[in-house]
Amino acid sequence: MAIPLTYIARNLWARRLTTALTASGLALVVFVFATVLMLDAGLKRTLVTTGEYDNAIAIRKGSETEIQSGIYRDQANIIEMHPAVAMASDGQQLVSKETVVLISLIKSGSDKASNVVIRGISALALQLRPQVKLVAGRLFKPGSSEIMVGSSIAKGFSGTRIGEHLRFAQRDWTVVGLFDAGGSGFDSEIWGDVDQLMQAFRRTAYSAMVVRLGDSDSFERFKSDIDADPRLAQEVKREQIFYSDQSKALSTFINVLGFTLSGIFSIGAMIGAMITMYASVANRTGEIGTLRALGFKRRNVLSAFLLEALLLGLTGGIAGLAFASLMQFASFSTINFQTFSDLSFRFILTPGIVLKTLLFALLMGFLGGFLPALRASRMKIVDSLRAA
Amino acid sequence: MYVLKLITKNAFRHRLRTILTVVGLAIAVLAYGLLQTVVDAWYAGAAAASNARLVTRNAISLVFPLPLSYEGRIRGIDGVTVVARSNWFGGIYQEPKNFFAQFAVSDNYLDLYPEFVLPEDQHVAYLRDRKGCVVGRQLADQFGFKLGDVLPIKGTIFPGTWEFVVRGIFEGVDETKVTRQMMFHWEYLNETVRKTARRRADQVGLYVVGIDNPDNAASISRSIDAVFKNSLAETLTETEQAFQLGFVAMSNEIIAAIRIVSYVVILIIMAVMANTMAMSARERTSEYATLKALGFGPAFLTVLIFGESMVICTIGGAFGLLLTPLAASAFKKAAGGVFPVFEVSRQTILLQIGCALVIGAAAAIVPALRAARVRIVDGLRAIG
Repeated sequence: MAIPLTYIARNLWARRLTTALTASGLALVVFVFATVLMLDAGLKRTLVTTGEYDNAIAIRKGSETEIQSGIYRDQANIIEMHPAVAMASDGQQLVSKETVVLISLIKSGSDKASNVVIRGISALALQLRPQVKLVAGRLFKPGSSEIMVGSSIAKGFSGTRIGEHLRFAQRDWTVVGLFDAGGSGFDSEIWGDVDQLMQAFRRTAYSAMVVRLGDSDSFERFKSDIDADPRLAQEVKREQIFYSDQSKALSTFINVLGFTLSGIFSIGAMIGAMITMYASVANRTGEIGTLRALGFKRRNVLSAFLLEALLLGLTGGIAGLAFASLMQFASFSTINFQTFSDLSFRFILTPGIVLKTLLFALLMGFLGGFLPALRASRMKIVDSLRAA
Repeated sequence: MYVLKLITKNAFRHRLRTILTVVGLAIAVLAYGLLQTVVDAWYAGAAAASNARLVTRNAISLVFPLPLSYEGRIRGIDGVTVVARSNWFGGIYQEPKNFFAQFAVSDNYLDLYPEFVLPEDQHVAYLRDRKGCVVGRQLADQFGFKLGDVLPIKGTIFPGTWEFVVRGIFEGVDETKVTRQMMFHWEYLNETVRKTARRRADQVGLYVVGIDNPDNAASISRSIDAVFKNSLAETLTETEQAFQLGFVAMSNEIIAAIRIVSYVVILIIMAVMANTMAMSARERTSEYATLKALGFGPAFLTVLIFGESMVICTIGGAFGLLLTPLAASAFKKAAGGVFPVFEVSRQTILLQIGCALVIGAAAAIVPALRAARVRIVDGLRAIG
């Protein structure tokens, strides 16, 4: 017969201060562990939702990002005429030839500058990116020095509210619209008319172009045709893959840092759990003897103490997770090492993360409680009764 | 003397518990020290940067170059002694994870950097070879570059695979200098670009400007920017240090997160330590009552408990401190060149000591208060 769970739980309650201290140590580790996972999930989601699966992006071979890439006008025309490119309802090719550059803007609430992507888009760009919705103001007028800003830019950088002006490339650019890109990377961008921006920046070549594929399966043919064309020096990628590739370095960095930290911290917390459980065993020597004398088996005692440790771990895990879930209201913005531009993303809590985090908390409880539980189960009845 | 002995005996009454606590403390102090060092390493580039050099770049952002014609006009400004060109090359050596900085620089660039020491014969060899390059000691050690090696580097900004011959390896004058970069001839880059993409030729990524008196940095910066005001490429000039700090500021939130987390580990271990002390004190409630009955006052009990906490923290902290330099050098190796400068600073050591003492003091507060307040009768009646 097993020792009842209420008895185990009450033991934790009887030593409230100790339980609370140990559980809060565990909770802090769980908090760090969970926020790292949430940050990584947020980063991945941001960059994966940036790309559409059926869009293909063309960049110059060897350039890893749009910033480094270049496509001459004649090359862009060749790519545009490929039969794999979808047509809009009016018979136009569904493509956006874009220029992508960085400008440095001042982060609001500080005097620190960071790099922001400014993207010149063609008329059809919004059809190619259905996740981008105008939420305030209006679209920029083609042929004018007007721009619209993504929601993260409006929040994070000064001088980017509707009606304000940004000065760069010898012109004043009026902010006329605010768009929401559904949490994708476009939220950290400023958009304007491609021809105006190219003129202002004295550029003759586009940076990249995005095309909608008429048929998703035609991607492979499109890719090999572009590769083989001697007039072109471009390569094409699926837009979704292109953007998620850009999260790799930052994601690896966050993961390595985060897991090293939670690994080291968890040792501290496990030691805490171990101390608590050893004390719990030592204080209850007489009790253990009594339980054994009543007929409970060694393995019952072992599992009772292990369950107590697991319960302790679970308490810490839930508390840590509760705090971590509050982080969903915060967002995080940093430079993406690969694109050298500012990227803002949220902490996202997924069911997978909840599960992983709770398992991690239970594992800490188990590892911390195993040795003490073993000691409890090995006690001799006579000795332990005498010790009390 | 007897008090000290009593405190030490008390600290080791539960040997297992004390050892576990000490291990936990050592790990926490160690982790805290490493995290602080990571933050320091982040600032290493800025810390080593000079106030006597200015960086002039395109005001829009670093992505935009400046015309070559600016060089002469900057040189004409009062107080300017040297003007050197530098272009970010952004190439890939073998694979993207082998990232290191490559700059195409004019031949007077190294004159501006007395902290990089290049043997004279190597310097001459570098100047003679159009495809020559010089690499820093840290970089050479990481990839095993030797004089005469040919490095194939795939350009991401400038297309094609470029080959450079290592003609010199420069050393930093001291440990704090980052020598994890490669420099090659700006002319080589420019001539090649002129052949392949004419419009991109004669463009300079940024100018490094040497000035005669660092005190005039601000006014010289202003006069440089004033010259190019309202031109096609307006400039932004700042000291090299400010320029480097600008880079660091871009990953501000990551640094902030690391800083916060480094205190989280202190909180964790504080909870563990407080728990240890609370348990010990509770078990000894009747003992404390006995001491009170014998005539020792609350002050004595407070000293006893604080002393015990401090003994444990001092031992744990000392282990942590001793292990920090070892762990730092292991970490530096494991990070594979991400942090070319990874030195535990004196300030970090002081902070570590401070943290250990704070943990010790904080952990003893509640138990000491309880012991001081406990009534003798209640205390004698208490069972652990």
